[in-house]
Amino acid sequence: MQSMGFYMAQRLSAMVMAPLVLGHIAVMIYAIQGGLSTAEILERTRGSLSWFAFYGSFVVAVSIHAAIGLRMIATETLKLRGAALDLFTWAVMIVLLFMGARAVSAVTML
Amino acid sequence: MIRPHRKHPLWLAYAAHRVSGLGLALFLPAHFHVLSLAITRPKDLDTFLSFAEAPLVKLAEFGLVFLLAIHFFGGLRLLALEFLPWSGCQKNLAAATVAGAFLVSGLFFLRAI
Amino acid sequence: MSKSEKTLHVSVWRGEGPQGRFETFRVPRQDNQTVLDVVSWIQQNTDPSLSYRYACRVGMCGSCAMMVNGQPRWTCRTHVSRVADGDRLQIGPLRNLPVIKDLAVDMDPFFEKWIKAGGAHRPSRSRTEPIMPVSPQEPGRVEANKAIECINCAVCYAACDTVAGNPDYLGPAALQRAWTLYNDVKIDDRQAALDRATAAGGCQNCHSQGSCTRFCPNELDPLSAIAGLKRAAAASYFKRRSE
Repeated sequence: MQSMGFYMAQRLSAMVMAPLVLGHIAVMIYAIQGGLSTAEILERTRGSLSWFAFYGSFVVAVSIHAAIGLRMIATETLKLRGAALDLFTWAVMIVLLFMGARAVSAVTML
Repeated sequence: MIRPHRKHPLWLAYAAHRVSGLGLALFLPAHFHVLSLAITRPKDLDTFLSFAEAPLVKLAEFGLVFLLAIHFFGGLRLLALEFLPWSGCQKNLAAATVAGAFLVSGLFFLRAI
Repeated sequence: MSKSEKTLHVSVWRGEGPQGRFETFRVPRQDNQTVLDVVSWIQQNTDPSLSYRYACRVGMCGSCAMMVNGQPRWTCRTHVSRVADGDRLQIGPLRNLPVIKDLAVDMDPFFEKWIKAGGAHRPSRSRTEPIMPVSPQEPGRVEANKAIECINCAVCYAACDTVAGNPDYLGPAALQRAWTLYNDVKIDDRQAALDRATAAGGCQNCHSQGSCTRFCPNELDPLSAIAGLKRAAAASYFKRRSE
């Protein structure tokens, strides 16, 4: 079961992520080709406001998007309904936001 | 075995989108955890990054990028299908989705090895 | 044609309610033979207790749809030669609807959703007022015309996996009807039509699997109609937020 609010959040987070995914793939290719170590990666990302903004918005968008996507699977395949479904959705979103924020701060803050 | 009423390109595109999305969502917490090692246990992260050099892990990484490419192009397809007034070109879009996914992941794979 | 090919081996779903199993019948094969002909032959020659539903036999009434070799079909216009797997045919009741007996399903949930989506006509004028002129070229009319040949056969409803996974989902036929009404210039309150199509179980649940358009026997395109509803709903969502 999906309300218009979840539907719009799913589409808008997707539109936000479209350019971010391309950027992220470019970063991965660069990092792997260079064979970067932890220190080399952190040297480039730490204290950089633009890396923080880039991956910060990515984490927010992906947490919303993944939580709603898993919500659809939970209700259609696992038949979860009502309050349990809402609880599941928000729990996934909060856990992903928390873990994502930890990762972004670890990589971009000193 | 795919049930008979599902044997057409748009349903297969839907299935690819759902499976790749599920795979990415399950991978996300692990990905976040490894990155946060940078601050808590930098030594462990370096151990992990050298572990990531192993061929099998490389193959798994390729799988992840492949999932991302499928889900990315599948998502663009959906946005185009839903938000752009379109004619009967849905099958072409679905085909282009798969082609694009192969292209991007193949490119990445070739450059990474 | 060899001798074995002149007999069809037909598995037909038998049973009342959710319980049942496939029963095999041997039916003589004809050069020109529809799936409905096969079902009728079994009922008339082998087992008179076989229950199924049909009326017009020419693809207009929408009452004879069944699952044929796993795919939803209007059986009166489906030739055996087009769908048989060699000499085998499997005929079952429509998916996603409760079975009454054998091949007859209860269509109530389908029609209840049609009404819930606003499918009943709400005229903007009474019969004492003059008829409203409608130009056939008007863009809304052109869009509305695309779906008026729907015969309510529920083939799209049976084909849809989103209906299967979410019993509240209105389904392709009802939503296509809502899109038709939304574009109909004779309808007064278009926003109300859109609100009904975006309430619980509305167009936003659709995953664009496209089985509705793939299987519609009248070659209608519910997938595009639902996409139209989503576009209109998204636009209206932003408009309401900004108000």
